[in-house]
Amino acid sequence: MSIHRYAVNVTPKPGILDPQGRAVEGSLGHLGIEGVSAIRVGRRVEMTVDAADEAAARAVVERLAAELLANPLIEAYAIESIGGIA
Amino acid sequence: MTVAERSVEPLHRRLGLTDDELDAIVDRVGGRDPNDLELAMFSVMWSEHCSYKSSKPLLRTLPTAGEGVVAGPGENAGVISIGDGLAVAFKIESHNHPSAVEPYQGAATGVGGILRDIFTMGARPIAVLDALRFGDPGDARTRHLVDGVVRGVGGYGNCVGVPTVGGELVFDPSYIGNPLVNVMAIGLLEEHRLTLASAPGPGNLVVLFGSTTGRDGIGGASVLASATFTHDDPSKRPSVQVGDPFAEKLLIEASLELIERGLVEGLQDLGAGGITCATSETADRAGTGIAIDLDAIPRREPDMEPFEVLISESQERMCAAVRPDRWEEVREVCERWGLPVAIIGRVTDDGDLSVTSAGHELARIPARALTSDAIVHERAGSAPPHRRAAPAPGVSIDPSDRLPERGMDPGAVLLALLGSANLASRRPIFEQYDSTVGADTVAGPGRGAAVLRVRGTTRALVASTDGNQAVGALDPYLGAALSVAEATRNVSITGARPLGVTNCLNYGDPTRPEAFWQLQEGVRGLADACRALGVPVTGGNVSLYNESPGGAIAPTAEIGVVGLLEDVALLVGPAFVAEGDEILLIGEVTPGLSGSAYAALAGAAVEDGPPGLDLAREAALQAGIREAIARGLVASAQDVSGGGLAVALAEAAVWSGLGATTRVAVANSPAVELFGESPSRIVVTCQPRFAPALTLLARQHGLSVEPLGTVGGDRLVIELAGAGATGAAEERGSRIADALEVPVAALRHAWDHGLPRALGWED
Amino acid sequence: MPVRIGVVVFPGSNCDRDTIHALALAGAEPVELWHEQASLDGVAAVVLPGGFAYGDYLRAGVIARFSPVMRAVAAFAGDGGLVLGICNGFQVLAEAGLVPGALLRNRKLRFLGREVRIAAERLDTPFTHALGSRGPLRMPIAHGEGCYFADPATLDALELEGRVLFRYVDGDGAAAAEDDRFANPNGSLRAIAGVLNDAGNVAGLMPHPERASEPILGSDQGAAIIRSLVESAAIAANAAPAAVGTR
Repeated sequence: MSIHRYAVNVTPKPGILDPQGRAVEGSLGHLGIEGVSAIRVGRRVEMTVDAADEAAARAVVERLAAELLANPLIEAYAIESIGGIA
Repeated sequence: MTVAERSVEPLHRRLGLTDDELDAIVDRVGGRDPNDLELAMFSVMWSEHCSYKSSKPLLRTLPTAGEGVVAGPGENAGVISIGDGLAVAFKIESHNHPSAVEPYQGAATGVGGILRDIFTMGARPIAVLDALRFGDPGDARTRHLVDGVVRGVGGYGNCVGVPTVGGELVFDPSYIGNPLVNVMAIGLLEEHRLTLASAPGPGNLVVLFGSTTGRDGIGGASVLASATFTHDDPSKRPSVQVGDPFAEKLLIEASLELIERGLVEGLQDLGAGGITCATSETADRAGTGIAIDLDAIPRREPDMEPFEVLISESQERMCAAVRPDRWEEVREVCERWGLPVAIIGRVTDDGDLSVTSAGHELARIPARALTSDAIVHERAGSAPPHRRAAPAPGVSIDPSDRLPERGMDPGAVLLALLGSANLASRRPIFEQYDSTVGADTVAGPGRGAAVLRVRGTTRALVASTDGNQAVGALDPYLGAALSVAEATRNVSITGARPLGVTNCLNYGDPTRPEAFWQLQEGVRGLADACRALGVPVTGGNVSLYNESPGGAIAPTAEIGVVGLLEDVALLVGPAFVAEGDEILLIGEVTPGLSGSAYAALAGAAVEDGPPGLDLAREAALQAGIREAIARGLVASAQDVSGGGLAVALAEAAVWSGLGATTRVAVANSPAVELFGESPSRIVVTCQPRFAPALTLLARQHGLSVEPLGTVGGDRLVIELAGAGATGAAEERGSRIADALEVPVAALRHAWDHGLPRALGWED
Repeated sequence: MPVRIGVVVFPGSNCDRDTIHALALAGAEPVELWHEQASLDGVAAVVLPGGFAYGDYLRAGVIARFSPVMRAVAAFAGDGGLVLGICNGFQVLAEAGLVPGALLRNRKLRFLGREVRIAAERLDTPFTHALGSRGPLRMPIAHGEGCYFADPATLDALELEGRVLFRYVDGDGAAAAEDDRFANPNGSLRAIAGVLNDAGNVAGLMPHPERASEPILGSDQGAAIIRSLVESAAIAANAAPAAVGTR
């Protein structure tokens, strides 16, 4: 068994309206920030997984991301390894 | 279907158009073949949803004329005058299918869509009611849908700042694969600001404002996309519409300011059919045409195809006809509210909807061909071979109504009913809604009709939504008529006069003769009931194809009613008011337990039917109670509906914390007396000194009155007396059955905890 | 002449009209202050109303704090001006650091719209002096992020300095326990429903007194909070409020 750390980044799929991103973008003027566009707001979920090996751990995270963390109709996700602990 | 097979299927069929419909399209565009873009526009506009092609002939039979009606069916919402230069706008609409796919966004955009229908008319939205129907509450998928839909309704309505003041939550196995999300909205306007959805005045500008246009909700027309995309990139596939209530709030304020300042000649919201629908409808209504400059439409995404731009259902958008000299002011208003705004075309006098991009004309279709001259199908309906009919009103109670309660403790039955998923408190749902924003809510969700005061006047608006799918499944005519009777009754028992009816007709696939027959019968029931009760139908929506692999839904005519209470100080509620008040039952019990909550719990005898409805008696009842309330005789008035008389009394007790001691004369069957749901009955309480006058007044209206007992104590007691009383006491030689006697605290407990338990929410 | 009280209108404010109505009932002359204006037009007090300013996206109140009008409000508060934040307005004040603490998501992670009871801890503030007693006040809450949070040291300091303005109370009128899901439905620490800044001129509360300002609405027990503000503002502006207490 080995222990792995992952992060799942969940973001609105391209083309899906992202009201949060738009609202953040709309406030940039008040802060005097220029040159920033295409803001998309998502969630990052970090976790520790205890599994037989790296492949098994990733499979668990994959399933968790697809079935729970992201709404497949409107959200995309990306899994990121943030280090393994032997 | 394989890719090869799909490619030989002609485009119109892949867009959902039949060969006959294609012929009709060719006919309407002057005998030529429409190009792909035009075909896509037709496919959306000739969909059932936009064209009402199956239901139009039926809807023409509805009574639409009535006192004070300023705008009726065909407009975005019905509008009825309420005096002092004010008018109320209201409408109910379905968002069933999107909610089945993505419950949160489906419900949220449903709220957004119906709110736009209201403020498009120049009315400020003041209330939302949500009528929700789902399958078995114990089912995991159902629980997911309930949670998502309720969060969606709340998430949108709460943010926009329109209170959700009422509605329904009903569970019925027939909705298991196809929930119903019907949302009603109410708005208030100064009558002279009434704005219609038309684009008059050739030369005027067509202005689009609100959110930018993306690839939302392309729906059936997505076949065009898969035809054009070389590799099938899922991220480019048309997708669920996402609601942005913040943008909607800005849209409300900007739209109302534009109207108030007289800056627009006509206004239309964008819903199904997107820009195609909004422009063709407004042009057709004004007898004009519109030339769209495709390149001027602000987009959210690059590389959008023309058809995607024209039929996109991106939310929170409005389309206005604007005089050129007012454009600068219109732009200033939109920009101040932070909304993108653009001139996307001009009003013309040629009657055509034309689309141009980079100097090339991409489409030209007579506007009316897309809207008022869309195809109409005369469908055939046929009744199923076996069905149960309601007993005629006044038929004496047959002994076969004796139902399995013999030997059952009626108190236990009452507690089971009060705690059942369909009758228990809806607090866990409506607590997730803001029901008081606007500071006009006099009576919010949870206890009968919603009441909103009209600021600056003594008046109040009273609203209720009701549907009866259980009876509708047995007799779709009766189900629809009962729904009208109950919704208007709920308004009348507050003292208010029902002004008008809006309806959401939820039925199955109209190409199936039985489903179409259900729709025919539903419309007939709706029309008969509205005529008998003297209320006009001012608009609504038809949702067909409510079917899933498990079958079709029970036919559901969801009825929304708005009423006017002249003096809010005279408002009467359903809860008991004071110890010592007398309790009267106005109206007669009629036989039939089928379709009742009791039957769902205990089972109904096979030879039984649902109770009948006598519309003349219903009209007399409502007129009688309104007069009694206006004369100040009534302390409380509670409708007898789901769960029957026993549940009506129990609710009045729970809501007041006061018990009651009553005695019910039983003609034949205690089950019918206690738990039967025969309509046209109300439980009324009054101060003892008013009882004689109230009784006399009811009799003058031809209504029967039965004194039931007295308000007081901490228990609900119902004794059964008469020939039909049954039970242990009877066996001991008494003619009085064992009394039903339950502490109010126990009733309250059952009522409070029923829904969380059914949904598995109890923690 | 009635005292002029500003009501800030952010895009997404949705209690501005209700607040204006309640202020007018209490005898004030309400003045709308648009979020992009940098001046407060000489008002005697400012109310930040409820709603979803800028959609409440990202975090309730966070975007609003950067608006031009909030710079003016902060300066006004710094000079001792009276500022009341209601619901979303409280969230904006907390994000802007004008009152201590933060408003977290409700304990059950759901929006909650229902009636609560709160009681004032002090009757000697510009926001409570017209209450007359510390008895419970019935009024609605309607929020998704109303769970008051601050670190223990801050909480202790607030208690010590008398800056807990309102607490959720139970049926007996006693301060609700933190885990009393009925009386303290959002799970606020120490059942705090409203707080004061250190100078005592800026207050925020989650419940909606403006929605409980007339008997027809089921409760008029919030009216005295509004009236307190109007009277205090009038004193501050050295102008007499007209027809205070009418409805």
